[in-house]
Amino acid sequence: MQNQVLIPPAQFALILDRLAHQLIEHHDFSETDLVGLQPRGSRLAERLQARLKELLPGEDIRCGKLDVTFYRDDIRTHEKPLAPNVNVMGFTVENRHVVLVDDVLFTGRTIRAGLDALLAHGRPKSVALAVLIDRRFSRELPIEPNYIGKHVDSIGAQHVLVEWAEEQEDDRVILLNSKPQ
Amino acid sequence: MSESNMLTQPNLLGIRGLTRQDIDLIHATAKEFKDVLNRPIKKVPSLRDFTVANLFFENSTRTRLSFELAEKRLSADVVNFSSAGSSVKKGETLVDTVNNILAMKVDMVVMRHPHPGAHHFLASKVNVPIVNAGDGTHEHPTQALLDTLSLRQSLGDDLSGKNIAIVGDIQHSRVALSNLWALKLLGANVRVCGPHTLIPRHLHKLGVEVSHDLDETIRWADALNMLRIQLERQGPDDSVRFFPSLREYTMRYGLTMDRLSQANRPLVIMHPGPINRGVEISSEVADSDHAIILEQVENGVAVRMAVLYLLAQQRG
Repeated sequence: MQNQVLIPPAQFALILDRLAHQLIEHHDFSETDLVGLQPRGSRLAERLQARLKELLPGEDIRCGKLDVTFYRDDIRTHEKPLAPNVNVMGFTVENRHVVLVDDVLFTGRTIRAGLDALLAHGRPKSVALAVLIDRRFSRELPIEPNYIGKHVDSIGAQHVLVEWAEEQEDDRVILLNSKPQ
Repeated sequence: MSESNMLTQPNLLGIRGLTRQDIDLIHATAKEFKDVLNRPIKKVPSLRDFTVANLFFENSTRTRLSFELAEKRLSADVVNFSSAGSSVKKGETLVDTVNNILAMKVDMVVMRHPHPGAHHFLASKVNVPIVNAGDGTHEHPTQALLDTLSLRQSLGDDLSGKNIAIVGDIQHSRVALSNLWALKLLGANVRVCGPHTLIPRHLHKLGVEVSHDLDETIRWADALNMLRIQLERQGPDDSVRFFPSLREYTMRYGLTMDRLSQANRPLVIMHPGPINRGVEISSEVADSDHAIILEQVENGVAVRMAVLYLLAQQRG
């Protein structure tokens, strides 16, 4: 079976736009911060931040990059050692509303670690979750997103890859039949 | 995610045996832990299922505190042991002592021991990661890792071609030997400076310059690492002395502001501690902007967190 394009570039832009509007509908950005999970979620968070700035001129929209490596529950059971990414918060989330942003939601374990990591930067008033892809029916923890780009039904061996124009040639999402090496 | 996430060694016995990639990996990881240490909550749960034994068969204040803080900030359980008042005094061997502690389900050993090579011996006998926190006059790898990290933060990430001098009691210093290996791996030019009696013969064969003139060394260097005179390792009071008097040592090798003013560029001054103010370094210099002594201490906790974190994953 061929690798399948789940979201082509044109649809990708529409989805980002819709997510940005949904965030504006539900959040007052004078009290809300975006926090992307490193490394791939922070790319989405930056894109949303840029779009929100266009839609809300004059509003200061803050975006942190949170690394969850040290908070994972598989540090010593993972087959290879986990290397940390850069953590760039620059602000505390004490008493703020936070939208946690990641590219693909799968088992929910990264988000669990992300919630832990977030609490090291203060006690937020509330935390919501925005993801580009929700791989339904594969959750191992009771975690559900508030904002979803697209639902994908896939089997465990498959892999959802989000490509960004900053790194690859175009924005798109691909379903791979096996995890890339 | 390649093998570059992994150290080439299952233990940290010394800098000798590490590769350039190992040092870069430890420093990169330490930088992330330094970020953790500046958060409102300075603790991560990475090693919460892990127990570390700190075995100190020799006195230590800062290294022991630094390791203990590093372990606690990784959420590891910690047991401390010092040879004073222990069964070692009753004649127990090192391997027996350690095996008894390991039988209590300990996952890693951090050890300081007065005998050079004690860690290499122990590593061949037990099956947990061993971290050398100083073995006699041989090596003190975490000190060298934190010294080089501090240097990279002050002089720029690339140390190749930089002139680094290690000044003082080279003969009795484990810090000197570990620093020398680490600086060579990072491509720096290394010079040792001190009285003839405190510099081991044939040291130049390790690829370092040897000087006995501090003033000339100050003009040559980008950074100076000032070492303490280790009187406790120089034999009993009535044995042959390595230099006539401390006062004479200070006259020739003590770093003062007057001396420092001859430097050709802003010099970075390091000291592994404990400082003997007025002996190898004057108070004025130790408290000046040149000195990065407290940055070294701060980096120490982050570097030790990185070492523990990386070694704990090796045998996960």
